[in-house]
Amino acid sequence: MMNVMRLFGGRAASAPVARERLQILLAHERGQGGGGGSDLLELLRGEILAVVSKHVEIDPDKVVVRMDRGKFVSMLEVDIEVPNGVQRSKMVAAT
Amino acid sequence: MAKVLVVTSGKGGVGKTTSTAALGAALAQLGQNVVVIDFDVGLRNLDLVMGAERRVVFDLINVVQGVAKLPQALIRDKRLENLWLLPASQTRDKDALTEEGVRRVISDLRTKFDWILCDSPAGIERGATLAMRYADEAIIVTNPEVSSVRDSDRIIGMLDSKTVRAERGERVEKHLLVTRYDAGRAARGEMLSIDDILEILATPLLGIVPESQDVLRASNVGCPVTLNNAGSAPARAYIDAVRRLMGESIEMTVPVERKGLMDRLLRRRAA
Ligand SMILES: Nc1ncnc2c1ncn2[C@@H]1O[C@H](COP(=O)(O)OP(=O)(O)OP(=O)(O)O)[C@@H](O)[C@H]1O
Ligand SMILES: [Mg+2]
Repeated sequence: MMNVMRLFGGRAASAPVARERLQILLAHERGQGGGGGSDLLELLRGEILAVVSKHVEIDPDKVVVRMDRGKFVSMLEVDIEVPNGVQRSKMVAAT
Repeated sequence: MAKVLVVTSGKGGVGKTTSTAALGAALAQLGQNVVVIDFDVGLRNLDLVMGAERRVVFDLINVVQGVAKLPQALIRDKRLENLWLLPASQTRDKDALTEEGVRRVISDLRTKFDWILCDSPAGIERGATLAMRYADEAIIVTNPEVSSVRDSDRIIGMLDSKTVRAERGERVEKHLLVTRYDAGRAARGEMLSIDDILEILATPLLGIVPESQDVLRASNVGCPVTLNNAGSAPARAYIDAVRRLMGESIEMTVPVERKGLMDRLLRRRAA
């Protein structure tokens, strides 16, 4: 009996998950026009890094960029490690 | 010492990407530090099969061109902390991948990982030769079908001539992985048998992965089959294959046809 239950309704169908994943992915990829352009997240990432590097010297090894593309909202997380001391004086100088 | 493995086939759609994800995850499940690299520039899919497609920021070409540092492009698996993905680019020019760039990336990865698995694109062109270029070992994915076996033979020839190891007079160790094996069709003589394939290709067998709904289900949800359903027949085949790669000797069993009402019900049920 247990087996029969498992057989007919025990495991959630995987196709709806596939559908949802594809919808999210394609929405972002179509936005890129397929020609190597960049979507909004890409643009933000590039510009944020450019602005920050105007004021502080970014060590590329100390920059972590994470992305999570969602259906309704996406998250762009830019984590920049700024050494104290030196950088602070630069920041002050820049303002 | 790190091992670089290329997962290759010549023929398209035989299960390279599925196998790269499953073998990579299985190695990580056994505690190894693993990175899987997608060499299919322009048609990347490994990120989808691994369920990491929403987290891709930088890719292999960005690293090769110096736009991003390697650690920035590596994506850590959400389920296994010692499994990483280096995605391929979706849109950029294929020629952006240079031999020297790939050499640098792979030698960098060698210092950080135990296993580096390269998912090759189909074909015998530049993308496929770059994917195998720095390999120490190769997994040749073959379906029990004439065109697939023929292409595998060509790929074996390339492994023996176009890799850095071959040029140095060294050997690229080769392993044959038969996938999408349908026991019923083999029993009815509709498919090449394992013996036929082994005789023709004369390459040691690493494993036999049965044709299975579990593979489709796993790719639907973006989880390597060895993680999604470790007890399933394809997962067990991949896990055994990985143990053999690590030097264990595990008996090879050829899948046999499953019969019975329950099974027919299972088969009919859509994934
Ligand atoms: N053992 C299996 N049982 C059932 N389906 C499978 C199995 N292995 C692979 N497939 C399916 O076969 C198709 C092709 O697989 P995959 O993408 O891994 O092949 P590939 O060799 O990487 O293709 P390409 O040459 O296009 O890169 C996919 O739909 C996959 O789900
Ligand atoms: Mg593939």
